[in-house]
Amino acid sequence: MSNKKRKQQVVFWIIRLMTLGVVGVLCWILGFLIVKGAGAISWEFLTGYPSGGMTEGGILPAIAGTLSLVAGSIAVAFPVGVFSGIYTSEYAPNNKIVRLLRIMTNNLAGIPSIVFGLFGMSLFVNTLGFGDSIIAGSLTLGLLVLPLVIRTTEEALNAVPQTFRQASYALGATKVQTIRRVVLPMAFPNIMTGLILSVGRVSGETAPILFTVAAYFLPRLPRSLSDQVMALPYHLYVLATSGTDIEASRPMAYGTALVLILIVLIINVLAGLIRARFTKRMN
Amino acid sequence: MYSIVAEHIDFYYQKFHALKDISLEVEEHTVTAFIGPSGCGKSTFLRIMNRMNDLIDGTSMTGKMFIEGKDIYGRGVDVDQLRSIVGMVFQKPNPFPKSIYENVAYGLRVAGIRDRHLIGERVELSLKSAALWDEVKDKLKKSAFELSGGQQQRLCIARALAVKPGIILMDEPASALDPLSTAKIEDLIFSLKDEYTIVIVTHNMQQASRVSDKTAFFYMGSLVEYGNTRDIFMNPVKEATQNYITGRFG
Repeated sequence: MSNKKRKQQVVFWIIRLMTLGVVGVLCWILGFLIVKGAGAISWEFLTGYPSGGMTEGGILPAIAGTLSLVAGSIAVAFPVGVFSGIYTSEYAPNNKIVRLLRIMTNNLAGIPSIVFGLFGMSLFVNTLGFGDSIIAGSLTLGLLVLPLVIRTTEEALNAVPQTFRQASYALGATKVQTIRRVVLPMAFPNIMTGLILSVGRVSGETAPILFTVAAYFLPRLPRSLSDQVMALPYHLYVLATSGTDIEASRPMAYGTALVLILIVLIINVLAGLIRARFTKRMN
Repeated sequence: MYSIVAEHIDFYYQKFHALKDISLEVEEHTVTAFIGPSGCGKSTFLRIMNRMNDLIDGTSMTGKMFIEGKDIYGRGVDVDQLRSIVGMVFQKPNPFPKSIYENVAYGLRVAGIRDRHLIGERVELSLKSAALWDEVKDKLKKSAFELSGGQQQRLCIARALAVKPGIILMDEPASALDPLSTAKIEDLIFSLKDEYTIVIVTHNMQQASRVSDKTAFFYMGSLVEYGNTRDIFMNPVKEATQNYITGRFG
């Protein structure tokens, strides 16, 4: 074997080991949760209310809470983010103000989520008077993932080759028609990727909901947007650190973590299916 | 009658003087070829005719361009309207990721035509004019990407024909195609001449001599020589033209 080939083999093996390491850790976490948490999961656990000082019963209110927060925050971030992305990528002139805007968007993505939580409390809960509510929590979580949605939208639009835009313009289409009929459909699968990432982020965040919506113990389903709710990540935190009997509620905590991961997984798979269907239709 | 009249056109990309005082007239129902080495300005000049250069930042222009008698850089010109009169076919086939039918119907749909019967008729007619109908009539709902490169380019021509332009601009339409597909495109150009005014940019000298009535030779942003294709190729006046067509540079 030549020296060049041997070098290539070494590099391949390093890459393989790295990949294996990452996948290994992921499988370990999943396996650990399944081993510890699968026993806790039952029909009663999924559809029941917590009881006995959160050492018994189920987590239905937290599941409902997390789902409503995911839906609410996506409803906030998706339209705003996609339209902003369309604006900055397709319409905005390439001047200083827009460049500054882009830098600020990127910085926004790096702000710790607890800061978003405090900001949300200050603006939505107190100043705007929404109180601790789904609406305040959704707005806060929506702000958190907004930069992500904007960035992925921009990148998805930029990835559409200019030749398709030119073809559209050359046929007498306006800019809006070109974006709506040619560019957006082609960018859609990648925009969906941004959405998937946002869902994962939103459903797992604890800090932003801490002061804006999350309830420590509220064993009922949300009735309106101005209700407080329990949420899976916060419930998990409570079970693990500040329940009435931490040892007794430990299986519940593992079960909760497993359910949270499964929900994210299911939503990702669904979004992936939509994405795949759309990509297939395009080709 | 002249379809296209250019008067003293100067064009700049930022500071770069891409076109220098170009004046030229194109007669109706003729094929005009623009030839010249890469970067000579022939494509830039082509894109002035349907204002595609508007899409590029930092360009500026002086002079006048009349399309069917109308100053297209004058005030109150509807650029989208202009582009439905002046169609364009690009270097690489660029069908939309839509069905064959929807590709041809696109220009009609963006023009606001809703009548399905009319759209269907126009799609069929355009595909027939582009000599593609027989090959695709049984798979109109299939993706345009399933077609070969040559078929895709004829689809793009059909797509341009569907909006009934008077003029069709072709920017090296066969340079990405194999010889057989190229021959088909050239036959097509010849047959379209009766109804359309065609301007074609090409690197291929044989192609220019085969398909065009008139030829314009561009060099370094200037129009060196313009005349009947036969004269340009058999009996060029300028030495630069002579050198280029005999392959001494370019």
